[in-house]
Amino acid sequence: MAKRKQGAGDLNRHLPALIGRRIFAAATSLAFVIVTVFAITNILPGDATDALLGQGATPQAIAAMRHDLGLDRSVFLRFWLWLWGVLHGQFGYSLLNGLPVADAIRPRLHNSLLLAGASAAVAVPVSLFLGITSAIWKDTLYDRAVSVLTLGMVSVPEFVIGTMAVYVFAVRLHVLPALADVASVHSIGQFLRAFFMPVASLALVTLAQMVRMTRAAMADTLSAPYIEMALLKGVGPARLILVHAIPNAIGPIVNAVALSLSSLLGGVVVIEVVFTYPGIAGLMVDAVSSRDVPTVQACALVFCLTYLLLTTFADIVTILSLPRGRKA
Amino acid sequence: MFSVLDRRAVLKGAGLLVAGVTSRSAVSAPVSGGHLRVAGAVGSASESFDPARQSMATDYIRGHLFYDGLVSLDDRLIPRPALAETLESDDFQTWHIRLRRNVRFHDGATLTAEDVVFSLLRHQIPSTGSQRYALARTMQSVRVLSALLVEVVLDAPNSDFPAILGISNFAILKAGTTNFTIANGTGPFRCQEFAPGIRTIAVKNSEFWGAPPFLDSVELIAIPDEMARHNALMSGDVELIASANPRLVQMLKKNGFGIVESPVGTYTDLSIRLDQRYGRSADFVEGMKFLLNREQIRQSVFLGFSRVGNDQPIAPESPYFNTQLPQRPYDPEKARFLLKRSGFLDETIPLVCSPAALASVDIAVVLQYAASQIGQKMAVQRVPADGYWTQYWMKEPVGFGNINPSPAASLSFEVGFASKSPWNESRWRNPQFDTLLREAKSTRDEVRKRQLYWDMQALVSAGSGVCIPNFTNSLDAHAPHVCGLRPSQAGQLMGYNFARSVWLSGSRGQEI
Repeated sequence: MAKRKQGAGDLNRHLPALIGRRIFAAATSLAFVIVTVFAITNILPGDATDALLGQGATPQAIAAMRHDLGLDRSVFLRFWLWLWGVLHGQFGYSLLNGLPVADAIRPRLHNSLLLAGASAAVAVPVSLFLGITSAIWKDTLYDRAVSVLTLGMVSVPEFVIGTMAVYVFAVRLHVLPALADVASVHSIGQFLRAFFMPVASLALVTLAQMVRMTRAAMADTLSAPYIEMALLKGVGPARLILVHAIPNAIGPIVNAVALSLSSLLGGVVVIEVVFTYPGIAGLMVDAVSSRDVPTVQACALVFCLTYLLLTTFADIVTILSLPRGRKA
Repeated sequence: MFSVLDRRAVLKGAGLLVAGVTSRSAVSAPVSGGHLRVAGAVGSASESFDPARQSMATDYIRGHLFYDGLVSLDDRLIPRPALAETLESDDFQTWHIRLRRNVRFHDGATLTAEDVVFSLLRHQIPSTGSQRYALARTMQSVRVLSALLVEVVLDAPNSDFPAILGISNFAILKAGTTNFTIANGTGPFRCQEFAPGIRTIAVKNSEFWGAPPFLDSVELIAIPDEMARHNALMSGDVELIASANPRLVQMLKKNGFGIVESPVGTYTDLSIRLDQRYGRSADFVEGMKFLLNREQIRQSVFLGFSRVGNDQPIAPESPYFNTQLPQRPYDPEKARFLLKRSGFLDETIPLVCSPAALASVDIAVVLQYAASQIGQKMAVQRVPADGYWTQYWMKEPVGFGNINPSPAASLSFEVGFASKSPWNESRWRNPQFDTLLREAKSTRDEVRKRQLYWDMQALVSAGSGVCIPNFTNSLDAHAPHVCGLRPSQAGQLMGYNFARSVWLSGSRGQEI
């Protein structure tokens, strides 16, 4: 007893350091990603003057343009200037149309967060429910049906699901719009109409991983001796699951959810294309193909930050949910 | 004295065209009002309101919505007066441009000669990043003569200068404009909303100087994905799309959608550098020209939506097209003979192609097959679209290019084939051609000009390393209630300028 208390006190004392280390690791990854993305974008053949001048380029025009955009400066100087700007809250200007990068990103980030949020709001509760129930009724017909269906869904590429949905609901039945026209959404009804198909497609493809992880974590916990003990003591099924089992399974579940959600922001290029949805993933693809380095960098920063925030959050939840640390 | 046709004649001509070409649409009289939703095929976050930088179809559409040029090009690429009332020159070198009176910018300012001088000269400043930098440099001086009179002096006579002013990059801005987050032009629509790569909303400009447009508002989006674009049309989310897929034309027609096929002068060419390896042999170049199965390319690559080319840049619908020049046939026997004589029959010829040059990958495959039939090996080298124009185009011994239509024959010749042009794809140097071009640009005699253009076509077809197998047609598709859309040689969607002519029939017109 005394020993256990001692352990919990230790953990509590170490908790800030543990979390601090996790945040430091996140910051290091961020710095690494930023440098890598900048380096890779600069290794790509050609630069923004190609996209700007296209077939009309002459050597003189290219030279003048490069000078004007500051592309004739050394890579290191450009990186330093960019970093300096970012540290002061300045994301710079697009090399293509000269507009502030922040202005280009803001509406699209808003759209992407909206889509990701709506998809998460659907996918997370559904997958938690399916995962937990299939762990409870492990190896029953229900469990197998859930496994087969979710794995089946994740095996179908999202553009197939999206395109089929558009064909059936928009082109044939005329009940839903083919474009997710987020700009003209002014009411809940319009929101549901515009978002139904993209959200459903995204939810279906992200569901499987979360269901599988939740099921595994729950099944693992449910087979632990202390659950058997609780059962023998006469704890009811609801209390057994909610109070005894879930808190111990929360760590892996939160991690699985965080990983799935982080892909909802930057990994949805295909869905953005199918539904012509103006999100941030498409912006980055555009920016890469036109070598618009400031925009590429800003997008990379946003994706990386989201990913790190979510995984760091999941890790901290895991640390805090450790049963040893809880009671002390 | 040379002067562009007066405006009344223009309107009469346009009226005849409506009656003659558009069948279903001509039945109902134009109706005012309504909101048209249009989807272009290209668009990205790099879209701009700066006319100098515009290089994408959706940019051109935006340009025509909000801005005007001094001149506008009609369906047959004939320059018509727009902001310029008259364009006059005695020697085709010094031009006097008299501006229309009482034209107002969207912010209320009146158009003056200052604005025109600013708008033209800014293309000569490298940092403007103008697509027309080289063309603008031919203007030696641009100056204000009086409030409504501008004088432009060119470096050499050019009778096609009015057509050049019709290029949408040369749209007229208010003097001193540096902010392109909003379009302050003189055009028939005002900008209500512009989010690059997302959408543009244009509303009717009630103070427009010309014939008011029928539509109340236009919403322009870009749907680069072909499938999504057609779905949007079929589900009624948009009413007009550019770049319809030739394979879907029959299906769209069956479902009641309208198709407008425009004979634009765009071509994808195979260019052989005459100063590198293979091209140094005239036999090789000629052999390759005989090896192009133009009819097969027309049928299988363009599904019939193209016109066969004859290795010269003037398209068949041009008034200057040389009808006497014999069409070069597909002749594998002759090709084999010539390629053998060139000494390259035993080598593998690399064909550099890319999705950047429309249909070039497919054309390369057709050519490769024809070559395999006569024992000539070819390697199709497909390279990525981004960076193609600066990294590969005109740099490879044998590679593909894609040339957009020029508003004038002299410009097609000048840009692609004059000895000194940086865009002379095959590095063909022909002093006789240069002399003919100079004469054509300064002659006053239309018959002589035609003869010169005919001779130049024969010279290019015989000597240059540029092989032009086909001219492509552009296809637009529209919902049945969209009326007034006509084919145009100036480009897709009526030369990107549909918004000034299109109306919505029936109740749809008054709906909004």
